[in-house]
Amino acid sequence: VCIHRVRSCSSIRFIKSKYVCVFDKSALKFSHQQRLFRTSPVSCGQIVQFKLSDIGEGITEVTVKEWYIKEGDSVSQFDSICEVQSDKASVTITSRYDGVIRKLHYNIDDIAFVGKPLVDIEIDASKGVAPEEDVVETPPMSHEEHTHQEIKGHKTLATPAVRRLAMENNIKLSEVVGTGKDNRILKEDILNYLAKQTGAILPPSPKAEIVPPLRKTEAAPAAAKDKARRIPIPVSRPIVFSGKDKTEPVTGFQKAMVKTMSAALKIPHFGYCDEIDLTQLVQLREELKPLAEIRGVKLSFMPFFIKAASLGLLQYPILNASLDENCQNVTYKASHNIGVAMDTEQGLIVPNVKNVQVCSVFDIAVELNRLQSLGSAGQLGTSDLTGGTFTLSNIGTIGGTYAKPVILPPEVAIGALGKIQVLPRFNGKGEVFKAQIMNVSWSADHRIIDGATMARFSNLWKSYLENPASMLLDLK
Amino acid sequence: MVLQSLKNCLWLSCVLRTPKACFWSTASGGLIIQSVSNDVYQNLAVEDWIHDHMDLEKQQILFLWRNSPAVVIGRHQNPWQECNLSLLRQKNIKLARRRSGGGTVYHDLGNINLTFFTTRKKYERMGNLKLVVKALKALQPQLDVHVTDRYDILLDRQYKISGTAAKLGRTSAYHHCTLLCNADKFVLSSALKSPYKGLKSNATPSMPASVKNLFEEDPSLTSEMLLDAIAKEYAVQHQIDHHITLINPADETLLPGISNKTKELQTWEWVYGKTPKFSISTCLNIAYKDSVLDVKVNMDVKHGRIEACNIDLPEQWLPPGLNRELVQSLTGSKFCPNETATLVTTLLRVCPQDDELHSRWSLLCENMIRLM
Repeated sequence: VCIHRVRSCSSIRFIKSKYVCVFDKSALKFSHQQRLFRTSPVSCGQIVQFKLSDIGEGITEVTVKEWYIKEGDSVSQFDSICEVQSDKASVTITSRYDGVIRKLHYNIDDIAFVGKPLVDIEIDASKGVAPEEDVVETPPMSHEEHTHQEIKGHKTLATPAVRRLAMENNIKLSEVVGTGKDNRILKEDILNYLAKQTGAILPPSPKAEIVPPLRKTEAAPAAAKDKARRIPIPVSRPIVFSGKDKTEPVTGFQKAMVKTMSAALKIPHFGYCDEIDLTQLVQLREELKPLAEIRGVKLSFMPFFIKAASLGLLQYPILNASLDENCQNVTYKASHNIGVAMDTEQGLIVPNVKNVQVCSVFDIAVELNRLQSLGSAGQLGTSDLTGGTFTLSNIGTIGGTYAKPVILPPEVAIGALGKIQVLPRFNGKGEVFKAQIMNVSWSADHRIIDGATMARFSNLWKSYLENPASMLLDLK
Repeated sequence: MVLQSLKNCLWLSCVLRTPKACFWSTASGGLIIQSVSNDVYQNLAVEDWIHDHMDLEKQQILFLWRNSPAVVIGRHQNPWQECNLSLLRQKNIKLARRRSGGGTVYHDLGNINLTFFTTRKKYERMGNLKLVVKALKALQPQLDVHVTDRYDILLDRQYKISGTAAKLGRTSAYHHCTLLCNADKFVLSSALKSPYKGLKSNATPSMPASVKNLFEEDPSLTSEMLLDAIAKEYAVQHQIDHHITLINPADETLLPGISNKTKELQTWEWVYGKTPKFSISTCLNIAYKDSVLDVKVNMDVKHGRIEACNIDLPEQWLPPGLNRELVQSLTGSKFCPNETATLVTTLLRVCPQDDELHSRWSLLCENMIRLM
């Protein structure tokens, strides 16, 4: 295997022979990686100074605004290197060579001169192999390949790695449709072409690890499997898995969730669930929806749930309370500021409707509309997001039945509402009828709330919703 | 607007049903296209698409477009420096970052945009602008319009009616410019006035200029007339038919990959994240009870995210841990009111429930958010 990879640089050969003897074929990978880590001292490629070409209109200098690459990165021909600006014109400078970036001659906001070096690129001595490709033995690019393309008369754009892949599989580049920039042929295009030819889904192209014999054995069982299941699957591209793990810092909305939920851990939660028959409420809402629309408001079920919760909190104020840090005092909050969990593009956000105890169902609907439009526009203010005393999460709009919601400190209770399903139920006469059933899952702080309180509150809330007319009796 | 464009376009039905290959490869050396959309992101995406995919060797393209209210900043600009972001949010005016350089402009339907696509070799701005001036003079000979050496078009030697920007790639280039016909000057000036103080940045600054609408000079002029006159002049100069082809920027079959381009232009990472590194050094004057607090705030923002943050509060105004928590939360987060509001309100949940503390905290945070 080593023989084919003979290089002019003596030190590389030295490393290879040393390692190959001690380890086995996998050593090729090691030595290859070693080569990557080493920079200038052992570089075997030729360093070319890529000069800033003419911009046009007689411009001699530009400002470097953004680098798309950094020292040590591999580039292919036509990859973007940087963005420069000159007098209202933004210019994308692309690489003329395949190779590795060795030096950037300018920093951001420096003035660069036309005709002067912009970057130094190390081009491989043995053309046809880009540094990061696998170390599988391959014959160097044949002359026939070159002349063939010239005969065809048109230039096929493809990186050396892609050309090699094509050649390994006996594919003429001129017959492949390129989907990259400027109709460049990408690796996916070759694989696509191959898949069409053999009707099989090929194993992913090996990267920096595989040795030829292994690849052949892998390919065989895959092909056999494919033959077995010859169901035409509409696959546009074979799945080339070159995925890498990606690590990102936790910021923004996620950070907010981390903080909130970590604090919630301190609260001993208990759950209580039930099902509500919303048949009458569904009918009521149908009747009221057009009335609300005339007034310019979208009426969902939430305003009813929220108002019923507030009526329940009037009877069980401990659910609208807050426990202090040392668990020494309980503060019964006068206002029912009921939070509504919202799923926005950026993540979870919980604005609240203030003073529900003095709001009508319509008032709540208006306020919900306002909060929803602000939420989706990302414009909720701090006053909308603070001061909540009790929360409802209507996860049912997305799906689900029962849930285990997490209490948002400094509150002591939260309810998660599942989706409304049409289910068969028995009525008083023992007959089966169609019922609109929704599940509710409550969580409460067991330090100050006991199961009985939660159950009674839930029953009261349930009775208001199952028989909406009863809300009229207690509305303030 | 569509009806009036129909007047211009002779082959509307034919064009829309024409398969892609036919549509793009005409025999002539030029093509005039007009967008049916007023969405700034869709229209900018069309520019990107033509720049990336079309071979302009045989055929140059003139692209005509108008947008519903939007502020468009240049590739390397800082939106906080260039416009009043809170006003934009309030009035639902979109913010877009284009790929060409230059300064910030305000678009609405009273402004027309022209993009001249050529090969990189044939890139020449002066010629394009002279074409526009010629077209204007043909339409209304009394107009005193001329091109400056800064590539602006001035009316009456003093009012700017057009701004220019350009983008050059490996093989193709485009030069686009605006033209004020009947834009809302009041909204324009308030949108383009940045209230953000203490910003230090190397981003390309805009040159504010007095503007005037062509409509003010001659009330008979409309955007449609201007578009038509310019198309006519372009047709003459390129020896092609005076024919405008309408295109729909949402048409994925005609412009494969366009919806991805449109989406990318709308991402926060592109619009705000591409802002060159900048710093803020300002003093918040917070009125609290009977006194006014001076709170010095310093922030470094890179890629639109807060890289470093320092808030100088008077001692004991807030519990010491809380200030540190605030700074820690903000570090690494987007320099964005929505994200900051979420973070600061979350922090309120986990600190002692004290009304006094809460009001101070809210006051401080609201002032911080106003910086964004």
